Amino acid sequence: MKRIAVVGAALAFIVALLAAMGDLGPAAIDLRPSVAANLAASGVEHPVTAVLLNFRAYDTLLEIAVLLLALLGILAVGNQRESGAVGPMDPLLQMLARIAAPLMAIVAIYLLWAGAFRPGGAFQAGAVLAASAVLLHLTGLMPGWRQPRVRLRWGLSGGFLVFLAVAAVLLIEGGLLRYPPAHAGALILLIESGLTISLGLILAGLFLFLSDDDGGES
Amino acid sequence: MTSGLIFAFAGAALFAMGVAGVLLIDHLLRRILAFNLMGSGAFLVLVGLAQRSDAADPVPQAMVLTGIVVAVAATALALGLVRRFHGLTGKMELPVADDD
Repeated sequence: MKRIAVVGAALAFIVALLAAMGDLGPAAIDLRPSVAANLAASGVEHPVTAVLLNFRAYDTLLEIAVLLLALLGILAVGNQRESGAVGPMDPLLQMLARIAAPLMAIVAIYLLWAGAFRPGGAFQAGAVLAASAVLLHLTGLMPGWRQPRVRLRWGLSGGFLVFLAVAAVLLIEGGLLRYPPAHAGALILLIESGLTISLGLILAGLFLFLSDDDGGES
Repeated sequence: MTSGLIFAFAGAALFAMGVAGVLLIDHLLRRILAFNLMGSGAFLVLVGLAQRSDAADPVPQAMVLTGIVVAVAATALALGLVRRFHGLTGKMELPVADDD
């Protein structure tokens, strides 16, 4: 009974939404011209990066805070270790992972740099970094993480702290994350570099702190 | 009908499927998957509607990028909680509450 009601309601919702979207007029506010007009002063050349780290930078600031909070939540929940035993890995697989990991680090740096003028940026670069860590872990080359030590803690929170420090300094100047146009490019690159490292570590941590296989301490 | 509008339609369908899944499925892992389907549908609607005329609008794209990362974090937290729950009780379904 519940199943039929829910499926029926979902179907009705889809039909109503499709009808509504079908005769939707043009958008009342078009943000594209204002993004294009301010792109020159934003410090980067790619509009999405400009929106992410300049025009709506507080979104990104809160986002990295949310990520950190999620990681803290996972650490707070804790997890009991079950069977940590992992069989011997294929040496060919391990060698491929050893070759791939440094290449992924280079790709991450390229993505970070490319974010200024084409699709790319801190999030993509951080995701690639995290993927390389997960790859190394799954091939048995890197143990899962337990409680983070001091260095890892600084790494995890560094991006957020750098971003917060820049925001605080700019707040003294008079506006929330309103970069002076002359230094906008350098400030964005600084924030993005910190974000890349922290995002990579946080995203990897989301996987590695949950992993069973704790070969050692981090 | 532009391709952006088709994306938005597909997003609406995915969202409704996700909502139905969250309500109907008891297995927690599958419920998390359904929740992610909901989020993906919302992202598709946001991006698709924004470019239904022709050119892409960078503002919704940036917001969806933010949303994807937050969704990853929320999923990881949910998985951590489910793992803990499974470790404590050995079950993958929440206990059923009495209706009255």
